[in-house]
Amino acid sequence: MIPEIGNLALVLCLILSLVQIVVPIAGAQRGNAAWMAMARPTARAQFFLVALAFACLVFSMLTSDFSVKYVAMTSSRLLPIQYKVAAVWGGHEGSILLWLLMLTFWMTAVSVFSKALPEAMVARVLGVMGFVSLGFLLFILLTSNPFERLIPAALDGQDLNPLLQDPGMVAHPPMLYMGYVGFSVAFAFAIAALIGGDLDAAWARWSRPWTTVAWTFLTIGICLGSAWAYYTLGWGGWWFWDPVENASFMPWLMGTALMHSLAVTEKRGGFKVWTVLLAIFAFSLSLLGTFLVRSGVLTSVHAFASDPRRGVFILIFLVVVIGGSLGLFAWRAPKVGLGGKFKLVSRESMLLGNNVLFAAAAGSVLLGTLYPLFLDALGLGKISVGPPYFDTVFVPLMAPALFLMGVGPITRWKEASLPELRVRLQWAAGVSVLAGLAITAIKGNFSVFVAFGLALAAWIVITAGVNLWGRVRPVPGNTVSLTKRLGSQSRSYYGMLFAHLGVAAFVIGITMVKGYEVERDVQMDLGDTVAIGPYTFRFNGVTEGMGPNYRYQRGSVDVLSNGQVTRTMSPEKRTYLVQKNPMTNAAIDTGLVRDLYVSLGESVGPTSWTVRVYYKPFIDWIWMGCLMMAFGGVLAISDSRYRIEQRKAARSVLVSDASLVGAVGGGAVK
Amino acid sequence: MMRFWPLGLFLALVGFLYVGLFRDPHEIPSPLIGKPAPGFNLPTLQDPAQKVSREALLGHVYMVNVWASWCVSCRDEHPLLVEFAKQHPMEIYGLDYKDTRPEAMAWLGQLGNPYQAALFDADGRVGIDFGVYGVPESFVVDKKGVIRYKQIGPFTPEALNNTLLPLLQKLNSET
Repeated sequence: MIPEIGNLALVLCLILSLVQIVVPIAGAQRGNAAWMAMARPTARAQFFLVALAFACLVFSMLTSDFSVKYVAMTSSRLLPIQYKVAAVWGGHEGSILLWLLMLTFWMTAVSVFSKALPEAMVARVLGVMGFVSLGFLLFILLTSNPFERLIPAALDGQDLNPLLQDPGMVAHPPMLYMGYVGFSVAFAFAIAALIGGDLDAAWARWSRPWTTVAWTFLTIGICLGSAWAYYTLGWGGWWFWDPVENASFMPWLMGTALMHSLAVTEKRGGFKVWTVLLAIFAFSLSLLGTFLVRSGVLTSVHAFASDPRRGVFILIFLVVVIGGSLGLFAWRAPKVGLGGKFKLVSRESMLLGNNVLFAAAAGSVLLGTLYPLFLDALGLGKISVGPPYFDTVFVPLMAPALFLMGVGPITRWKEASLPELRVRLQWAAGVSVLAGLAITAIKGNFSVFVAFGLALAAWIVITAGVNLWGRVRPVPGNTVSLTKRLGSQSRSYYGMLFAHLGVAAFVIGITMVKGYEVERDVQMDLGDTVAIGPYTFRFNGVTEGMGPNYRYQRGSVDVLSNGQVTRTMSPEKRTYLVQKNPMTNAAIDTGLVRDLYVSLGESVGPTSWTVRVYYKPFIDWIWMGCLMMAFGGVLAISDSRYRIEQRKAARSVLVSDASLVGAVGGGAVK
Repeated sequence: MMRFWPLGLFLALVGFLYVGLFRDPHEIPSPLIGKPAPGFNLPTLQDPAQKVSREALLGHVYMVNVWASWCVSCRDEHPLLVEFAKQHPMEIYGLDYKDTRPEAMAWLGQLGNPYQAALFDADGRVGIDFGVYGVPESFVVDKKGVIRYKQIGPFTPEALNNTLLPLLQKLNSET
């Protein structure tokens, strides 16, 4: 009964999505206010219906209703309750439903926080989002229905993929999808503006906070996924350039470019064509990512569904949405105009440089991800493209971006003077290079790569300091105290600084790990020791036991420094009862300047095992940096100008309601 | 004309994605297909003194099934092979890859033995010559000692009936 209610909710939602596409957009074209007003309630009703369907699936999971095929495929009786909930998005059908839930959530958010927007704009934006929603509803109902029954019902389920039975994996997909799908808002704004024909600074101002929120979620989502890979895959790696990782990274790169481009469009009216294109690209890459992951076109551990019918459907959908919007772009772009002029040395040109670099980076990741597919399709053989390609392409693209990150925020809009910039930054450049060289010299083994990476990180930090000091330094005649001047800077400014400092932390993390990590792959018997730097690891054997739905073998490894046991680490190997595949749970001792990482390999004798031991300096700075970037995003959207706009909007609604009452009642309200 | 570039590139991409949809990314062609099977001369599992070699099998159509008692997906495949060998007269030689005798013997005792003979490849050297990178894998060898087919991963009932069976009939009718 419950699954049928879920199914019915989706069917009703499909009808609503049709209404939401046709009526508000037609209303906007014809200036019919009543038709335009349909946008908000249909968007909210869609959210309600999809949330209902989602709740039905959660209910079926929690009650272990194995007459539902999807539940039987992704859950089992012994699965702990938090993973039963996570199992809702642990497979193909459920994760598409989660995608849709996020989309309708974003539609509802737009319907609530759009009081300041012209009605025609809201109608078009929600209409475009309704179209995306229609596509996904059809996809679910035609090819991937999570409510499909299994008759006769299974006695027990096939269990959730053990790789996904992890706290990090519970949160990773929702965060990632919030980000992916969040770009649909900026996309819808761009398409609405193209349809309506007015791409002004107001359009950029409205798109900006939405883009920032989506970008923030995506940053956190990618960060969680990377941290998860680090501690569950047992290799100590944190990024593999796996097609599915790339699928989430491409929209992030494009979204980063979009955020910066929107800033120019809002503040200076420039880059309009470019910004629209980036908005289309960012969401297109989200859709393409979904296609790559869900169609099984590329080999990957994540592709749990491989069905050409699904692939063909998503491909058609991609052609309609992306092809349609790029066609619309080609048609309308000449009307958009180029915006304000700027000189070669100006903040605009720096941001343009940033945009081009980030877009090129996204393009090169796309090329690397799809290259095997291109060759295969052309009959030129099977190859795989791995980290060497991505590392080679990525570093030369990102290094200049990091350099610009230091210069850009200090440069004036429109036209800056090169000599002035040189005066402001020559010290920063000198100190950065010295810092890079000094730290590598202290570490003992000099490497150009490490010195370069650290110098770039230092450059970002120092220029951020120069930037802030330039804004708050005491000026003769100005008596405002330093704390006051610090407090008077906007939150979006601090957000920018914070995110850039996050990038610096990220760069330090990568550089130190790449440069100075130590890895030992050893066979150890009881009491054997292995030394890495100041740490000695002693193997005390392996004990066996039972978890809730798995058997485990738990190693015990003492860490000694100066002959004293400072901690005991317990890496595990788990064998899940239903799916049987072994899982590695590494033991990690986390620290601000280093991680100790121990993972259990194979049993090679009665009491001896292969053990993998790593010393990873500064690795946590990678994720700390990501979280700082995300926090920068949070600061930026909490900026007071957005709150003031909201308040203003609320007041104007009140006034217009009051005047309406006044007009109807004939009384004098004012 | 610049404004048509994104659309054009996208449509080219769609073409590739469409073709890619109907290709199996897991399918890796073996360089050994069409080449003579690598030479081997291995003792059988049951009797270390008895040996089977490639030369001795010339003139037979046979399949080499690489397995091991430690291999999880072999456990799924094995009953299918036992059943298939019962129904169809064919020669299957097991290649027991990097295994120990007692464990492998216990395994066959428990799950049944579909093999003409199980060859014992303790150090995995023959497996390496065959280019094995995951167990199970199976190779079909024709009467001239040439590899004609490679199955990566466990056989499914469909693969056995729709691919292997017609192939065996064809190879048996060759001279």
